[in-house]
Amino acid sequence: MAPTDTDPGTRPVVLDVFRFLPDAETEPRFQRYEIPYQDDHVVLDALNHVKNEVDATLSFRWACRMGVCGSCGMMVNGEPRLTCEVFVSEYYPEPIRIEPLAHFPVARDLVINMEDFMEKLPTVTPWLVPADPKPVEEGEFLQSPAQLAAYKRFSMCINCMLCYSACPVYGLDDTFMGPAALALAQRYNMDSRDGAKAERANVVTSHEGIWECTYVGDCTRVCPKEVDPAGAIQMAKLSYATDWVKSMLLPGANR
Amino acid sequence: MALIDRHYVRKLPATWWLRKPTYLVFMLRELTSVFVVAYAVFLMVMIGRADEAGSFAGLFDALDSPLGLVVHLIVLAVLLFHTITWINLTPKVVVLFRDDEQVDPRLVAGANYVGWVVASVVVAWLVLR
Amino acid sequence: MDVPVHDVLIVGGGGAGLRAAIAIAEENPEITVAVISKVYPMRSHTVAAEGGAAAVIKGNDSLDDHAYDTISGSDWLADQDAVEVLVSEAPGEMIQMEHWGCPWSREPEGEVAVRPFGGMQTERTWYAADKTGFHMLHTLFQTSLKFDSIVRYDEWFVTGLVVEDGRPQGVTAIELKSGEVHAIGAKAVILCTGGAGRVYPFTTNSAIKTGDGMALAYRAGVPLKDMEFVQYHPTGLPGTGILITEAARGEGGILVNRDGYRYLQDYDLGEPLDLDDPLHPQKRTMELGPRDRLSQAFIHERAQGRTIDGPHGDYVNLDLTHLGERTITRKIPMVRELAVRYVGVDPVTEPIPVRTVVHYMMGGIDTDVEARTLLPGLFAAGECACVSVNGANRLGSNSLTELLVYGRRAARSAAQFVGEAPDVSLATLRTEQEAARQRISDWLSTGSSGDDTVAGLRSILNDTLEEGAGIFRDESSLQRACDGIRDLKQRFEKVRLTDTSATFNYELTAALELENMLDVGEAIAHSALARTESRGSHQRTDHPERDDERFLNHSLAYQTDREPRIDYRDVVITRWPPGKRTYGTD
Ligand SMILES: Cc1cc2nc3c(=O)[nH]c(=O)nc-3n(C[C@H](O)[C@H](O)[C@H](O)COP(=O)(O)OP(=O)(O)OC[C@H]3O[C@@H](n4cnc5c(N)ncnc54)[C@H](O)[C@@H]3O)c2cc1C
Ligand code: SF4
Ligand code: FES
Repeated sequence: MAPTDTDPGTRPVVLDVFRFLPDAETEPRFQRYEIPYQDDHVVLDALNHVKNEVDATLSFRWACRMGVCGSCGMMVNGEPRLTCEVFVSEYYPEPIRIEPLAHFPVARDLVINMEDFMEKLPTVTPWLVPADPKPVEEGEFLQSPAQLAAYKRFSMCINCMLCYSACPVYGLDDTFMGPAALALAQRYNMDSRDGAKAERANVVTSHEGIWECTYVGDCTRVCPKEVDPAGAIQMAKLSYATDWVKSMLLPGANR
Repeated sequence: MALIDRHYVRKLPATWWLRKPTYLVFMLRELTSVFVVAYAVFLMVMIGRADEAGSFAGLFDALDSPLGLVVHLIVLAVLLFHTITWINLTPKVVVLFRDDEQVDPRLVAGANYVGWVVASVVVAWLVLR
Repeated sequence: MDVPVHDVLIVGGGGAGLRAAIAIAEENPEITVAVISKVYPMRSHTVAAEGGAAAVIKGNDSLDDHAYDTISGSDWLADQDAVEVLVSEAPGEMIQMEHWGCPWSREPEGEVAVRPFGGMQTERTWYAADKTGFHMLHTLFQTSLKFDSIVRYDEWFVTGLVVEDGRPQGVTAIELKSGEVHAIGAKAVILCTGGAGRVYPFTTNSAIKTGDGMALAYRAGVPLKDMEFVQYHPTGLPGTGILITEAARGEGGILVNRDGYRYLQDYDLGEPLDLDDPLHPQKRTMELGPRDRLSQAFIHERAQGRTIDGPHGDYVNLDLTHLGERTITRKIPMVRELAVRYVGVDPVTEPIPVRTVVHYMMGGIDTDVEARTLLPGLFAAGECACVSVNGANRLGSNSLTELLVYGRRAARSAAQFVGEAPDVSLATLRTEQEAARQRISDWLSTGSSGDDTVAGLRSILNDTLEEGAGIFRDESSLQRACDGIRDLKQRFEKVRLTDTSATFNYELTAALELENMLDVGEAIAHSALARTESRGSHQRTDHPERDDERFLNHSLAYQTDREPRIDYRDVVITRWPPGKRTYGTD
């Protein structure tokens, strides 16, 4: 690939990259790399340039390079970003500081450990429990475009974990279920085909669930897929609270 | 698991809320809610007292001082901050659809502002008439 | 750590692997299933599929039409029994996905909606806006979470199949977070490792599509089928190779050259209709022709100097401006998002620059319609397998369908197999585990000897294949590719490794992937050299005609100590005798 320097011969891109090698070091350090500037490079391209041409020991996750697999989230100058969606030109010629996603334990370099999320995810019953089950032979469940639109945003989550590293509640107390998991629960609750909202209440309305959210709202701001997890959680609060009031007023009436 | 020991864990410092403007706004919104409650309690106590005394004159006298004015200006600013940041968040909870298209969130917030202004006018009219 | 043993081990957590896992869990919760994947399942490349998945559902359509489109699209190289299975089981699978919550786009009355796709005479492609693969993968992944009998090994990299007594006993694998090498035992193994687009320099495929499963099978003596058939997609973004889905043309987008001329009309793909003609876009015509023909047309335009020069090579324009903002944001929002972000073009007002890009492997691990390989107990499904339903050219939106139909069939076959299979040999597994561990630790300690880096060799391999086995090839280009790969294999023996850490050593996995890519590349180049005809995506300039006399058959590449041996097996013809592929006239 021919470099397309806007100002040939001018300053390189400066990357200050968080390094941590668990087998060799107890404390992390920052390592500086200087690489040629290309105006169409995303930060992930810059990291791959380092990996391929400069230092093959730098570890980071990536796969699709098109903002859909959710692998490449990192802190870029202190903000959680998908590195395949953020351009080097946004910062150039200032140095770019790249760190692993905040609030997660660091496994190595830019690789975080996200097992905590993977363990929480199944507990919110993140699958469809049909309200009126029927066999496949009887065809699809009908769902109008409006019914689809009601939950569609909340189904767009790519599990990139940016919201967790924006959420101070999770940062202070990692027992919190967190934005993406709760948004997914709300996605199924709002699906016209689903009937398991009451079942999800156990986990979703527990102390670690929606009520731990103090509505900082930063998750929604950083979400690269416009999922709006903060909105999902507030809607869940309203909806479960309404259910509770109804159940107090009309004992015996389910749902 | 032995492996966890080999992770590097970063702790959030107590000053975490100074790290980002969004965190700071959140903290201020939370703090202002204390003001909202405190002032409401203060008002009720004062009104209760006025009720016992059978007249609001004492209350108005007490408030009619430079100090009273300054305090009220501060309270007004704080309440405005709280109300505005709060109303700006309402479209997150109230998501309306016209068929399969989402109603512009600004309309939802706008409706709240309209309601707020109307309520304020009514109260002002009741008090000042 | 001792060797864990499961009944069925599925390598790959993409669409095919997860569909298979769910099928086994649903059918028999007593059977223990493990899914092992080098990335978290939801990162698998199925997530990137955009346009949709084909299945007959509407009254104006028929299974035979879907079969005919697929077979003619394949240039008669698909096995027709396999295609009949695909089209007849597709609708049930797609409705099953709906029952699991997949957010399919809908008609006003609530039925699922379908859209036209290239090479299909009727609109039958189910879609979830233009993130179909994303929604399918997450639906499958989330559904898989409800089954206790499914165990996952996330971020484990499989390094080898353990074979003993003529059947697989399990695999060896590296746990990426610890760097430890393990053996995992299983009575049956299903390979669902996806494609190998990364063997080429310019591809829509993600970093993980390195043909690992194909190489695992190939090294275990299982042939790779039809590897010469590599699909180039006509519309990738210059520079990155990011895909602009065929759905953009299904919704009415047109391709024009530097003169603004709809050049496809010059390549036997029918006549263009006016853009305001209610029949536009016409099915099986012009922009909705098959991918092989569209990509070849691009190369012809280039030869005549009618493409447009850009900083990342030449391109043509995909014009969507006549569709209007509403259609674009409702039907293909991701197209807009990608074009704006990565090439700075808003398709509502400007045409998108596009060029041909490596997209899909029609070939793969040789399987039958029950997803069985020649090795009893070893099964394969998804893009890594070749049943074959895609023949010499896959039709867009048939792959996602294939994952489901054949993922489930592989599960059924494997479940049946474990019922009769004897226990695995733990001794063999331990020996193989030790051997794999030894190899890697030797490699890490002595690997810094040579001059070649992993990235350096990989890039030479990429260029070798593109130059030798691209859209058009001939004997001398292919011979150069074969020689080049032989040379690269030797250089690889002394590749330099600089990372000696155990935790998340992605240089090590990249080296192992490169080793796999060299095997896959070898099979591609040799199979292409041996097929002296032109068919579908395999265009030999020295043999420009299709030759049904000699080549109405599948190539089978077997690994040997030296060059691969290429055998052939006849294509299965049931009801559609080979004919001429016509587009735009029927
Ligand atoms: C950009 C793009 C768009 C597409 N759009 C469409 C479309 O609209 N319609 C359509 O029908 N098709 C489409 N396709 C094709 C289709 O998406 C793929 O063929 C299909 O998703 C492949 O699925 P799979 O399950 O076989 O493999 P993948 O989803 O690629 O999964 C492979 C799995 O194997 C695992 N794996 C691989 N190697 C190893 C190893 N060594 N150790 C452990 N695990 C391993 C990976 O971790 C992964 O989980 C598209 C393809 C691309 C690239
Ligand atoms: S909600 Fe948004 S930020 Fe959070 S994981 Fe999902 S896509 Fe990422
Ligand atoms: S690499 Fe897939 S989201 Fe960035």
